[in-house]
Amino acid sequence: MQLELRLSGSGGQGLITAGIILAEAALADGKNAVQTQSYGPEARGGASKAEVIISDEIIDFPKVTRPNLILALTQDAAAKYVDASNSDAMVIVDESVELSPETGLKKLFRVPIIDTARHEIGREIVANIVALGLIVGLTQIVSQENLEATVIKRLPRGTEDLNRMALQAGYDLAKQI
Amino acid sequence: MIKFLQGNEACVEGALMAGMRFYSGYPITPSTEIAELSAERLPKVGGKFIQMEDEISGIAAAIGASLTGKKAMTATSGPGFSLKQENIGYAALAEVPLVIVNVQRGGPSTGLPTSPGQGDVMQARWGTHGDHPIICLTPDSVTETFYLTIRAFNLAEKYRVPVILLTDEITGHMREKIDIPDPSEIEIYNRKRPETGDVYHPYGVEPGEIVPRMADFGSGFRYHVTGLMHDETGFPSNSTENARKLMDRLMAKTVTYRDDIIDYEALYTEDADWLILAYGGMSRSARAAVKVLRQKGHSVGLFRPISLWPFPEEALSALAGKVKGILVTELNYGQIKLEVERIACGRCPVEFLGRGNGEVITPEMLIETFEEVAK
Amino acid sequence: MNHPLAESYFRMDKLPHIWCPGCSHGIIMASIARAIDRLGLDKDNVCIVSGIGCSSRAPGYMDFNTLHTTHGRALAFATGVKLANPKLEVIVISGDGDLSAIGGNHLIHAARRNIGLTTICFNNNIYGMTGGQYSPTTPTGDKATTAPYGNIDKPFDITKLAIGAGATYAAKVTAFHVTQMDKYIESAIAHKGFSLVEAIAVCPTYYGRKNRKGSAVEMMTWLKDHYIDFKVAEKLPPEKREGKELMGEFINVDAPEYTALYDALIDRLKD
Repeated sequence: MQLELRLSGSGGQGLITAGIILAEAALADGKNAVQTQSYGPEARGGASKAEVIISDEIIDFPKVTRPNLILALTQDAAAKYVDASNSDAMVIVDESVELSPETGLKKLFRVPIIDTARHEIGREIVANIVALGLIVGLTQIVSQENLEATVIKRLPRGTEDLNRMALQAGYDLAKQI
Repeated sequence: MIKFLQGNEACVEGALMAGMRFYSGYPITPSTEIAELSAERLPKVGGKFIQMEDEISGIAAAIGASLTGKKAMTATSGPGFSLKQENIGYAALAEVPLVIVNVQRGGPSTGLPTSPGQGDVMQARWGTHGDHPIICLTPDSVTETFYLTIRAFNLAEKYRVPVILLTDEITGHMREKIDIPDPSEIEIYNRKRPETGDVYHPYGVEPGEIVPRMADFGSGFRYHVTGLMHDETGFPSNSTENARKLMDRLMAKTVTYRDDIIDYEALYTEDADWLILAYGGMSRSARAAVKVLRQKGHSVGLFRPISLWPFPEEALSALAGKVKGILVTELNYGQIKLEVERIACGRCPVEFLGRGNGEVITPEMLIETFEEVAK
Repeated sequence: MNHPLAESYFRMDKLPHIWCPGCSHGIIMASIARAIDRLGLDKDNVCIVSGIGCSSRAPGYMDFNTLHTTHGRALAFATGVKLANPKLEVIVISGDGDLSAIGGNHLIHAARRNIGLTTICFNNNIYGMTGGQYSPTTPTGDKATTAPYGNIDKPFDITKLAIGAGATYAAKVTAFHVTQMDKYIESAIAHKGFSLVEAIAVCPTYYGRKNRKGSAVEMMTWLKDHYIDFKVAEKLPPEKREGKELMGEFINVDAPEYTALYDALIDRLKD
């Protein structure tokens, strides 16, 4: 089975880090993973994306062509990266994002990701980690155990508690869906 | 040790394991991570990193460092590769071991700085003026980037030829799992140096050899290095007979030792009546397409040159005599296709799918084209 | 009988050199050898690097580790040699065109880094090897094969350029003032950090003939009559300074040297 994920938002929201964490957690689970990202001015604001392929098999073509899961944290990112051609894809957007009801997306979720980071955790910067908790809570694409271990390994020392809270907040959001 | 790295990062890991102790270069997308990681890692192993004032000095300083005995590398992309050409020729003529990485991007001129391309393959072969030997290797994964970087250093040291590691934005920037081996598992080749006390002719060769021994500057062999045609002593010579001897010897390097240098992958080619030929990042797409096409009942194989220069001519020629056709796919307007046509020499049709707009050709596009041309 | 200095420091089988009769380059090259001799440097640890041009042929005659590179790039190659092996005493020989036109960027950045290279500029105000085209130091109004109606460019003052870019030692001297040249080149090599000696040379064949400057002797006499030390000039009344060119040791200061800083970084990272 092969899963293709596209994580998008604005530059600086930590989505490339989130993509790397997800891929590394998949490796820890014994799967294969490839991560790619958009380069250029997007890395400094504007719409930015990271893409991850997770598979039990060897991954030949490294680019995402038909995402099974799309995350968009901003309106700009949703406009640019939500691909409505695959109506079966799971699409998770921040509650601040408005999508036309005509997209035909069957699995569209609007979730207060940024608001949760800002008000429940108190730091908007952890919105990417809240989103990871939410995605993994909804899909179990990687184990929660390896997700948490990778988050702690990849992120700066001293932020462990903050990031654990963010992950838990994401899992809680998933349960409410 | 399992790591999750970008191709550009794997290149530096490979270079360090090969013994790189000097890096000089100039920042340019999409190769910059190679400079950044070298800057971080080299001083920790007693090596040197310097960000030079431009691309030309980036390669020039690396050549200077190599002459003192250090294994040296520089990395760049499109525009920088053009600027480095003159000194690539210098390294070829003066026989200075050197690794030049070109992470290819899209288009001529400034083009598409953050998108992949494969438009530099002919420049890698013929970019500098005058005939010259060159070795060019092209990896298709993060792991292969690691191993080919080591191989690039080994070949540069062994044959005293500049080696171009020609990657692209696809393999340079994607992250993949890589199992970095213990250094004891890696074979490292170091340049042959003259014995103390020898009468040293820096460009003289032992009987039966074509690669001269190389003394480090500062090791007691005071000799002359020049980009002019020179004789065995290293001093300039205008003699046409001498120039012929020198050029013959230089050009023989990649011919005489081609079996040691040439590398390729042939996947499902034994029974194949069609071939898809791809290299570097594009072979990822081709590999996926070949697998799908075989499931659909096509007897198709993948031929992937790993050494682009010298090109795996004999292996491809043998296959070209057996198959019904070859579909070449590359991110340019048909540069390697010309080479494939030359080798196929009319024995089978050579079809083509290429582009130069910064987009990767997907397996789906390739499958569609294949089914059209291989009817 | 050969001079003992020549026997010690030159590749006798490569001489005589290719330079024209009356050319100053041999004078400057010999001055470099004398400086190395007085400093007692081990020949095996001296590396002489050059670019392309008349002056850049000098290393071929000199019995050291010698590197004749591409046009303009001597300082860039030399930077690699020096950083890779700081024990080497690296001396760059470069002409005015090589150093300040095609290689100008490397000059300012080598000076900025204060890397321990000694640059000796053989400045004859012309591209000699290619037959007399104007260079960045050809005076305005002078003729060259590519300035048949007189040069409209303004010339560089290479010494000032190096000082402006951060050179910690810089001196200007002429091929006539050999005693001072010997002293400046010796000081420049001994200096820790980037040093430059601009040696004004005469090219009777191209520059001289094109601009009716007379014989080599007359051109050398002109250097003698027109160049004065800037410290002497400061004490002269204005009328006596008129028409004079200034030479001398313009800067000699201590500052951290680049390869030493890098070695200190390596040591720091060992902890």
